[in-house]
Amino acid sequence: MSQAALQIVKISGHAGTVPGAGVERAEQVCKLVDTTTCIGCKACEVACLEWNGYTFAETTFDNTYQTMPQTAWNYWNLIKFNEHEREDGTLQLLMRKDQCMHCADPGCLAACPADGAIVQYANGIVDFQQQNCIGCGYCVSGCPFDIPKFNPSTKKMFKCTLCADRVTVGLEPACIKACPTGCLHFGTKDDMKVLAEGRAQQLREHFDFKDAGVYDPAGVGGTGVIYVLHDVKNPEAYGGLPRDPHVPWVVRIWKGPAKWLGNLAMVGGILGVTLHYLRFGPKEVGTSKDKGAQP
Amino acid sequence: MSVSQTIASPPAASESGRTIIRYTLTERINHWLAALTYIYCLMSGLAFWSPYLFWMATVLGGGPTARFWHPWFGLIFTLSVFCMYTTWQTDMGITDADRAWKKAIDHYFRNEDEMLPPIGRFNYGQKLFFWLMFYGVIVLLISGLGLWFVESIPWSLRWLRYLAIFLHVTSALASIGAMIIHVYMGTAMVRGGFTSMVLGKVTAAWAWTHHRLWYERITQQKTFPD
Repeated sequence: MSQAALQIVKISGHAGTVPGAGVERAEQVCKLVDTTTCIGCKACEVACLEWNGYTFAETTFDNTYQTMPQTAWNYWNLIKFNEHEREDGTLQLLMRKDQCMHCADPGCLAACPADGAIVQYANGIVDFQQQNCIGCGYCVSGCPFDIPKFNPSTKKMFKCTLCADRVTVGLEPACIKACPTGCLHFGTKDDMKVLAEGRAQQLREHFDFKDAGVYDPAGVGGTGVIYVLHDVKNPEAYGGLPRDPHVPWVVRIWKGPAKWLGNLAMVGGILGVTLHYLRFGPKEVGTSKDKGAQP
Repeated sequence: MSVSQTIASPPAASESGRTIIRYTLTERINHWLAALTYIYCLMSGLAFWSPYLFWMATVLGGGPTARFWHPWFGLIFTLSVFCMYTTWQTDMGITDADRAWKKAIDHYFRNEDEMLPPIGRFNYGQKLFFWLMFYGVIVLLISGLGLWFVESIPWSLRWLRYLAIFLHVTSALASIGAMIIHVYMGTAMVRGGFTSMVLGKVTAAWAWTHHRLWYERITQQKTFPD
């Protein structure tokens, strides 16, 4: 919902300038998820439901810890479990808290045709404004993380808000508040990156995770949610985290050059038939020009 | 060529005002059903195409309403085009007469119709438009279903989501281009064309001028005095 205290820097489907464009704000907020200390307790899932007023959804059982296959319109935050077999044959239970990544370059916002249905605040939070949403689902195609979900009864899209309502009043997101192991951190992007890099270095030097690193994909301009991974070279193992996420090129072309080429073609077509009419005029049967009608 | 041997004599001045049924009531209803549903899809589609055209959604009842009806009107349009296919399929086949006419299409463009070889019920351009819309609507339908039920396309097959966008946009633009020409020719350029689609009738002179082989065939069967 609209956050008066947060300035808006990007607006979806917007003709003209953006009120908050060019506004400088030193602090980009960021959520840090340290997958190496997550125990998969799902307290963050419960906190998310409680704060946002949703009830627990029906669970499924497929002989794993994965009690739900993916996030839903009313279930924005879900731990993805993966029993990952390493090259030496040992088993590793990977857990990753899956939610909206709050991309600096959001594909959902690029794809959205509805004025103001998706906004990006100056603090980096990407938020859906359901009162402006038309329920077209373009954001589903624009998102490189498969996050926006459709509510069939209200025909609006929903996703994690990074608790924009809490952040506005100086509180940390609900999931952060609930985490018992401290694997979740919240602060400025700069602080979180320092913290994450320090942890990754610790994992590399003091534990046997040579490829430990920070997941902050450059393809989407960096994200407002960053991960510490044991193996940053294999993000797919963490419940399908994409290796090099970027806004789909079809969406880029569709919202960029195709739009201008298409508009040019349509205007060209109208101009073309107008010029034809001015030059040649109508075909009229029964005038002296038409020999057929005057035998 | 056999087609040039069948040129009928032009209708006498006294007869040239007689009217001939060009489109039956069913054909006309179907045409205008397609026209209205297409216009709804066009305007709502353009609203979702560019923020500068989003006002069109406002005219159609607002963004969510336009989004709700767009696929349903699209389905009705598709059905309407399929009905046209069953009605006009045989009339729309490209014949030798069309090929001869196509070679002389410059004369049509310059309104030198007396220089054109005679053709049947529809000319080559009309047939081209028909087949473009027929195959276009099939692509629009399939890609449109992909956009409509985008969440039903699994993440592992997400290239289908992107393909649906690409196909829906390109086929829609192609249909818009064809529609600009169609509307221009049917209203401003070929006088009598619009009336024929509204009232179903053309004058004998009109039929003789624009669709001589059809005129010849039809007058041997039935003509209708005013």
